[in-house]
Amino acid sequence: MPYNDNRAGKSGGRGLVACAVAGVSLVGLSSLAQAQQTLNIVSWGGAYSMSQQKAYHEPWMAQTGDEIVNIDRSGNALAGLRAQSQAGNVTWDLVDMLPADAMIACAEGLIEPLDHDELLADAPDGTPPSEDFVDGALGECFVASIVYSNIVAYNSEMFPDDAQPGTIHDVFDLENYPGKRALIRKPINNLEWALVADGVAPEDVYDVLETEEGIQRAFAKLDTIKDHVIWWEEGAQPPQLLADREVAFASAYNGRIFNAMVTEDQPFEIIWDAQVFELDGWVVPTGKLDKVRDYLYFATDTQRLADQAQYISYGPARVSSSPMVSTHAETGIEMEEHMPTYEPNFATAIPKDDEFWADYNDELTQRFDAWLAQ
Amino acid sequence: MSESSAIPLTTADGIPLKTSLRRAVRRSRIRAFLLVSPLLLFLVVAFVMPIADMLWRSVDNPEVSTQLSRTAAALEGWDGESLPGEEVFAALAEDLRVGQEARNLGLLSSRLNYEKSGMRSTINRTARGLRTLDPPYKEALIAANTTWGERDTWQILQRETSPWTLSYYLAAVDRQLSPAGDIVKVPAHLEIHVSLFWRTLWMSLVITALTLLLGYPIAFLLASLPLRYSNLLLILVLLPFWTSLLVRTTTWIAILQSQGILNDLMVALGVIADDARWQMIHNKTGTIVAMTHILLPFMILPLYSVMKTISPSYMRAARSLGGRPFLCFRRVYFPLTLPGIAAGGILVFILSIGYYITPALVGGQSGRFITNTIAYHMQTSLNWGLAAAIASILLFVVVVCYLVFNRLIGVDKVKLG
Amino acid sequence: MNVSLQREKQDDAGEATAVADACFARFIDVQKSYDGVELVVKGFNLDVRRGEFVTLLGPSGSGKTTCLMMMAGFETPTHGQILLQGEPIDDLPPHKRGIGMVFQNYALFPHMSVAENLAFPLQVRHLPKEEIKRQVARALAMVRLDDFGDRRPAQLSGGQQQRVALARALVFEPELVLMDEPLGALDKNLREEMQYEIKRIHAELGVTMIYVTHDQTEALTMSDRIAVFNDGVVQQLASPETLYEAPENAFVANFIGENNRLHGEVIESIGDRCEVRLDSGETVAARPVAAGGIGARTTLSLRPERVGIVGEGDEAAFDNRFQAEVREVIYLGDHLRTRLEVCGNDEFIIKTPNAKGFPSLRPGQTVEVGWSSRDCRALDA
Repeated sequence: MPYNDNRAGKSGGRGLVACAVAGVSLVGLSSLAQAQQTLNIVSWGGAYSMSQQKAYHEPWMAQTGDEIVNIDRSGNALAGLRAQSQAGNVTWDLVDMLPADAMIACAEGLIEPLDHDELLADAPDGTPPSEDFVDGALGECFVASIVYSNIVAYNSEMFPDDAQPGTIHDVFDLENYPGKRALIRKPINNLEWALVADGVAPEDVYDVLETEEGIQRAFAKLDTIKDHVIWWEEGAQPPQLLADREVAFASAYNGRIFNAMVTEDQPFEIIWDAQVFELDGWVVPTGKLDKVRDYLYFATDTQRLADQAQYISYGPARVSSSPMVSTHAETGIEMEEHMPTYEPNFATAIPKDDEFWADYNDELTQRFDAWLAQ
Repeated sequence: MSESSAIPLTTADGIPLKTSLRRAVRRSRIRAFLLVSPLLLFLVVAFVMPIADMLWRSVDNPEVSTQLSRTAAALEGWDGESLPGEEVFAALAEDLRVGQEARNLGLLSSRLNYEKSGMRSTINRTARGLRTLDPPYKEALIAANTTWGERDTWQILQRETSPWTLSYYLAAVDRQLSPAGDIVKVPAHLEIHVSLFWRTLWMSLVITALTLLLGYPIAFLLASLPLRYSNLLLILVLLPFWTSLLVRTTTWIAILQSQGILNDLMVALGVIADDARWQMIHNKTGTIVAMTHILLPFMILPLYSVMKTISPSYMRAARSLGGRPFLCFRRVYFPLTLPGIAAGGILVFILSIGYYITPALVGGQSGRFITNTIAYHMQTSLNWGLAAAIASILLFVVVVCYLVFNRLIGVDKVKLG
Repeated sequence: MNVSLQREKQDDAGEATAVADACFARFIDVQKSYDGVELVVKGFNLDVRRGEFVTLLGPSGSGKTTCLMMMAGFETPTHGQILLQGEPIDDLPPHKRGIGMVFQNYALFPHMSVAENLAFPLQVRHLPKEEIKRQVARALAMVRLDDFGDRRPAQLSGGQQQRVALARALVFEPELVLMDEPLGALDKNLREEMQYEIKRIHAELGVTMIYVTHDQTEALTMSDRIAVFNDGVVQQLASPETLYEAPENAFVANFIGENNRLHGEVIESIGDRCEVRLDSGETVAARPVAAGGIGARTTLSLRPERVGIVGEGDEAAFDNRFQAEVREVIYLGDHLRTRLEVCGNDEFIIKTPNAKGFPSLRPGQTVEVGWSSRDCRALDA
């Protein structure tokens, strides 16, 4: 294990947190030891894990007799991987995480580098994976499965029919669109939207943010609505706040809003303008590649990615999957127009700059917290 | 004393008395030790070691000295004025090349990014691009990434070659080392921790005072009622303990939110207008209300156990000696409950300093505690050094509180139930 | 020691106070119930004269402490009236009654020094600091604890605490002092010492005292008068001597001092002499005190020290004589305590001085015992 070359001696005594994490995972494991093979797969929980269960896990278990254990820890996946690695007892076999975290985990040697063309299935027409996946979907240690989006949604019943909001500018326009806003309690997304609302072109957002003036400009724009913002921290909060009419607007993951709209019949609408889209997908903890090789091949093929879009409105990360996306499994709704990648939705989309956030997240988060506390 | 050394006492069979005594008690000592050893082991594993680990992490600084060992050695002779020479750049290139092959530059780049934003991508990009670079490295590296041409980059590198660092503690109190090595305040827009510390202490004091205010009459009632009623009441006091913390906290959200029960009631009663609903949750009020409720039993129980031991005859004696009821309470009953107040106070205060779930759920932006920052650095930013430094400061505050408490009241006088 | 807290006020007492002196504190038909079902005190009447030492004596739960607490104001009578110097005090809160009180566990304030404890009643009366200091010193001297003012109660022995409690109850010069089993927690020697101490102070100050105890020796030693309580009712209120020598019913006879009991039926009664046939068949001559008419059940009460061993020529002194079998002899130093079987009662006790001229008895031995019918009181069954 290259990572451990000069830290191995110390890691044993230092991984107390890790011990606890590993211990909990072990308890979960022991009762399932009889199955042919047990895969511990870490993901986000909720509707997203359910879509994976339907599209990947169930067919795979039916096919092989393997047991798949879902662990809802992706929110702290990087911390968990680090802790398990330091404790020398990695119990996770496959982890669903964001590319920014994957980049850090990869640099720390916590996860396996992947040779995509060798490990992954070709498209049905023979296109190799490296050409079939969308831009940025294949990282050094990362393979994306979906494209999801951070958007602002609103409760359409809280505005007159002839004055419904439509762009990101409207979110910052208290005069014409009064009401509380629920925004994520992080600088990510908020700073991008503030700049776009202030007139910066979506493609220039990160260039502007790299300058002190740009950051000040973004915070100044956020200042204009600060008193009307409820800051959320859990993905389940925004749809709830919208449904309770505690807020008029809420930033959210597009899948959560779609679920509330379609399965709960909530009167929500999504503002696709300036959506900040990013990828999400698989990483393999160091030493687990052989164990999950077959599953990874299966779960990232064209059909499986298309299947997942029947259960949740996240776009497949493979180009070849897009034509196969059909209707929502429960309601029969045509999924295409609810996808972040649908052409009209995608026109002003901002691809999240993972490298920018890897560099500046610590500092901007502290600055954001200080700004909140003012 | 002098006699015993002059004439050693012996037992009847001639063994020195001390030896004999030692033998006699050895067995019971061993047995006593064996009985407590599981607890001792548990304490060491669950308490002493994590705290030692935390203290150590708060100053531990291995990244630069191990990952950039060649660079560190080469920087030893650097004067810190002009840019370092070619040999330092070459050492850096070699360190990064080795690190990239071993894929262990992640912690290094994270560590340096704490000191200077942008270092993460600088390290990672430089390491990835090394294959295409040729000597002389000084020009090549600066051309590849201008950060290497900045003097403060090297000053930071030189400073962080030390195997231990104070920068986590400095960051925890909104200070930093300037590139020249002086301790300076961080820019105003980054100041956050000191005010959070003060807010945590101040709000914990308010919560402690409120639990005392609410808990004292309840404890008094408990202590003076006949046993069968007081037992019932005690169950009511303890009832919250049987409910999950999350449920209790979420219930307060349902009650206090702007579309919640209390606001609805006030609007229905015409006390407030529908568009002027009170904001009682997701701010300081929410944190104070919910935490006062949650911590109330920790105040009531010590008070109750102290009050139960205060014989009613003290108050009767005071009355019979001519004291009016309030004076008797102030001069006699109240002083006698001080150990309970102190125990409950220190318990609630220390617990609330360390609380983080409730402030996170109902505190909004103005009701957050320093503990929420610790949780953030533990779980999200993974800056465990900073988390450890903040937690160590908090531990220090708690220990100081305890010592002051011990000096003023005496821990031996405390009854917790 | 010439320390005295005696009031000059007493000298002002004119003719008008003569009545008040005779019934300084009065309980009139006082009843008390805690639960509305049972009466703890059933019609309590008592007149206490100024300067008198009255003891409420009875087993625990007999209602004596409740009476004391009603006088102090900590309990309210369910029925009846309590007067202090002729004035009803029902509506007077405890702190305005000016009654000193000594509690069973002393109730010394543990967070105050001895001097602070003594100063408390003076401070609440807003006396000047110098005066307080002087009074406290005097009170400490009275109980011989001059050097203990700075100590905490916990640093004192039980007897010392007791004396502080006494001093505290007296330091503000109350006219009436109530004591609730104040010596219960002390060991025997200390208790006796304190009994004399309290008596001395009582005599010195002339203060009126109502004292509650369940210890008959204590009551006999200290009191001017004793009210014997049982079951919420005063069984007899009399001087110690009368109580002992002439108990009016079986409870008092039994509760005060040691007592041999014989049960039987009155078969003849003329004047101050009656004949009782015991259940075992013998006939005993006795003095009717609380026995019914002929045919009524009665309990004969006989003090052990009034029973003698009938020797040569003693026959005339004892008009009751019976054969007895010695069961047990207990050596008690100055006297011997002998258990006999007499008239079917094998718990019959006699006390004989350990002196020349008294025969030594052995278990199993048969002797003749006798007593005078004047000492044998026929009481209620």
